[in-house]
Amino acid sequence: MTGATAMHPAEGHPIIKVSGLRVEFQTDDGMVAGVKDVSFEIQPGETLCVVGESGSGKSVTSLSILRLIEFGGGRIAGGSLEFARGSGEVIDLAKAEPDVMQSIRGNEIGMIFQEPMTSLNPVFTIERQLTDGLKRHRGLTGEDARGRALELLKEVRIPEPERRLTQYPHELSGGMRQRIVIAMAMACRPRLLIADEPTTALDVTIQAEILGLIDRLKRENGMAVLFITHDMAVVAQMADRVVVMYRGDVVEEGPVRDIFEQPREAYTKALLAAVPKLGEMRDKPAPEPMRILGDETLRSAAPPPTIGTRREPLLTVKNLTTRFPVKGGLMRRTVANVHAVEDVSFQLAKGETLSLVGESGCGKSTCGRSILRLVEADSGEIQLDGWNVRGLSRLDLRHARRDMQMVFQDPFASLNPYRRLLDQVAEPLVNFGLASGSELHDRVAHLFDRVELPRSFLRRFPHELSGGQRQRVAIARALAPNPKLIVADESVSALDVSVQAQVLNLLMELQADLGLSFLFISHDMAVVERVSHNVAVMYLGRIVEIGPRAAVFENPRHAYTRSLLDAVPIADPARRRPHDDRSFRPLSSPIFPVGAPVEPSSYDEVAPGHFVLRPLAAA
Amino acid sequence: MKRFLTPQGVIGFTLIVIIVAIGIFAPLIIPPDMATKMKMTMRLKPPSMGYPFGTDQLGRDIFFRVLLGAHTSLGIAGAAVAISVLIGLPLGIISGYARGALDNVLMRFVDTLLSFPALLLALTISAMLGPSIPNTIIAIGIAFTPFLARIIRGEALRVSAMPYVEAARAAGTNDAAMIWRHILPNVMPLVIVQATISLAFAILAEAGLSFLGLGTQPPNSSWGLMIQASRDYLDVAPWTALAPGAAVALTVLALNMFGDVLRDVLDPRAQ
Repeated sequence: MTGATAMHPAEGHPIIKVSGLRVEFQTDDGMVAGVKDVSFEIQPGETLCVVGESGSGKSVTSLSILRLIEFGGGRIAGGSLEFARGSGEVIDLAKAEPDVMQSIRGNEIGMIFQEPMTSLNPVFTIERQLTDGLKRHRGLTGEDARGRALELLKEVRIPEPERRLTQYPHELSGGMRQRIVIAMAMACRPRLLIADEPTTALDVTIQAEILGLIDRLKRENGMAVLFITHDMAVVAQMADRVVVMYRGDVVEEGPVRDIFEQPREAYTKALLAAVPKLGEMRDKPAPEPMRILGDETLRSAAPPPTIGTRREPLLTVKNLTTRFPVKGGLMRRTVANVHAVEDVSFQLAKGETLSLVGESGCGKSTCGRSILRLVEADSGEIQLDGWNVRGLSRLDLRHARRDMQMVFQDPFASLNPYRRLLDQVAEPLVNFGLASGSELHDRVAHLFDRVELPRSFLRRFPHELSGGQRQRVAIARALAPNPKLIVADESVSALDVSVQAQVLNLLMELQADLGLSFLFISHDMAVVERVSHNVAVMYLGRIVEIGPRAAVFENPRHAYTRSLLDAVPIADPARRRPHDDRSFRPLSSPIFPVGAPVEPSSYDEVAPGHFVLRPLAAA
Repeated sequence: MKRFLTPQGVIGFTLIVIIVAIGIFAPLIIPPDMATKMKMTMRLKPPSMGYPFGTDQLGRDIFFRVLLGAHTSLGIAGAAVAISVLIGLPLGIISGYARGALDNVLMRFVDTLLSFPALLLALTISAMLGPSIPNTIIAIGIAFTPFLARIIRGEALRVSAMPYVEAARAAGTNDAAMIWRHILPNVMPLVIVQATISLAFAILAEAGLSFLGLGTQPPNSSWGLMIQASRDYLDVAPWTALAPGAAVALTVLALNMFGDVLRDVLDPRAQ
């Protein structure tokens, strides 16, 4: 099955040897170096992980190897990219002619992109997309190409491969699409596979499957793999060797064990310290601030309070249900309902954090937004400190919103690009008539102090700030009306790890100082373990397990919670968890026909305060 | 400011200033009979020292007619586009922001108007109101409104779905403040670009109406009127169409360049 050439690379030469790579981009302000001086090599059968935060130049490096960087306005300004071809010849890709590159791309070097939704062409069938490369590089036609495509689908272990060939990308789930993308990259048996953040857009259980798949294909084919990621936990699970990049330069390089166990450079240490590790909160009674190394200016955050003996409830949610109609047919009638939130009940005490965790589409965001009435729930009860939120008139709702604020996921989209930060943070104060004139200015300035932003930022526009700084602005805006509850919807998941750690510490510090309650919505189990007092796991719109953080993480009782915890990659190369990439979850859907009978959620209390959903008869 | 000082911005802005200055000052400086004086012996003469752009079928000086025509053409087009923005902008924003039943009613009405060619619509309105310059302005303004409203609605719909709008709602912002602070500033770049393009079309629409006898009335001059009048002499005297045609083209080009740069300048991200 494996071509003979793939097993015998040029005598002793690594598959790819990058030396002194420098890539420049033409901008309005002159030439900017995206990558300054990068060198590494990858041997056959080896996985090299390039890790770094946004802007470190890791993607620029991978695109340079394929010479795709020229299509993005970049130019290889120096260095060499020696690639050992299947014929035994070693060529410098940096100087290769376009037609030579054509014969290498998708043939001897395969590439997997981050976003499986956009890297497949929506108007072609899977067969067409898979056979394109085979026809071009291998000269296969008709039945032969189809047969090989089928073989590839089996290799990436897609169920019902025959049927998939005739399907279009939109008919497949995200995880399945990424398998197709991998099959395409593997089609011509590449000697080098480049994977650029291949699992970042995927849920954690699917991520585990895809990582397992890439690892198996590498072993079976003796490929070299260049794996690009920002996630240290994924690095720990996948890498043989690691290159750490920072602002276009290689900071440190070495075998994965050395990087994790004896990092030499301060940047690597800081990066590793900022990564929360699942399980490290064992035997700790309360949330703890993240460790931050190398940033001495940051005060160590005060730990949030432990769970008190007198717990006053702030937010009580009972039997909350939110559904979205699915319209269809000529008359645009409601043909079905998406049961986004189904019979959800929980309580959040003053000064505490309750986390809602689950994978995309489980209804955690809708739940948070239903509580703020940014979407209207269908039924249920929401009590917030004396307000009956669902029964409020429009006017009263505006007043109640003083008590509950939200911090959104994307700090780039949640600030209006055309308003000064001063005006944006002042907005709730103006709306509620809480301050005006110089008092307004003073209060906003104090809020900026509070979130550790310089006052000189007051008159700036959002685009002048980094992602982490913008998220601080969003937090300042949420704090402005002195709320009691803050719903943080994936508020740190778009941030780099070191920034994420700082923002999390800020949130915990604010909680300790102001007695805030957080409804913390996240898909990241390690972060949740760090910040929560209580945890609720959601699946298909329902809470399947809820309880104190220690109980849920150390003694998970629901099968789904266990599979979720098992899938989380651990940032420790000594604790690799080989994943069987064959394990497919049945595709369950939260869409039900109109009037379908719905069972109420009922729970067993397995320990004090620890509840597990009873199996549903219909499921 | 830095963005503004691009070659494109400087050229576009300079051209606009010159054209607008001609539109405003030409009627004040140039005696009207320079453009209306007919000289039958000088019919259809090619450009020369005495007549830099040549003469038309009635022996009038095309150079002065083009200068004076700027006033009519730009005035009518500018006022018409202003009307269409004044009606189309609120219509589009309310429709895109409110959605639901109101949006449906407004947009079905707009779609009905859109199904007629803009010029036909302008023609009908102009014929109903009678030929005069204010009526021409109203006719073109109304005819251009549906298109603008449609485009602005789409943009308002997109902006309304942005997280910062939801964030503002969570911060207690009411509908009026939401539109004023968040929707309007984010829709404006599109409005500016669209308005500059509409200006160009409005100049041409005025020409069309004038040709059919419903726009500018002779002996006043407008670029459109001149182009239409030259139609019978294109084979023997192409310069009669060349000068007013070049004036329209130059204005449209300058407007587009200026519009692009203006949009960039107004975008805080570009500073």
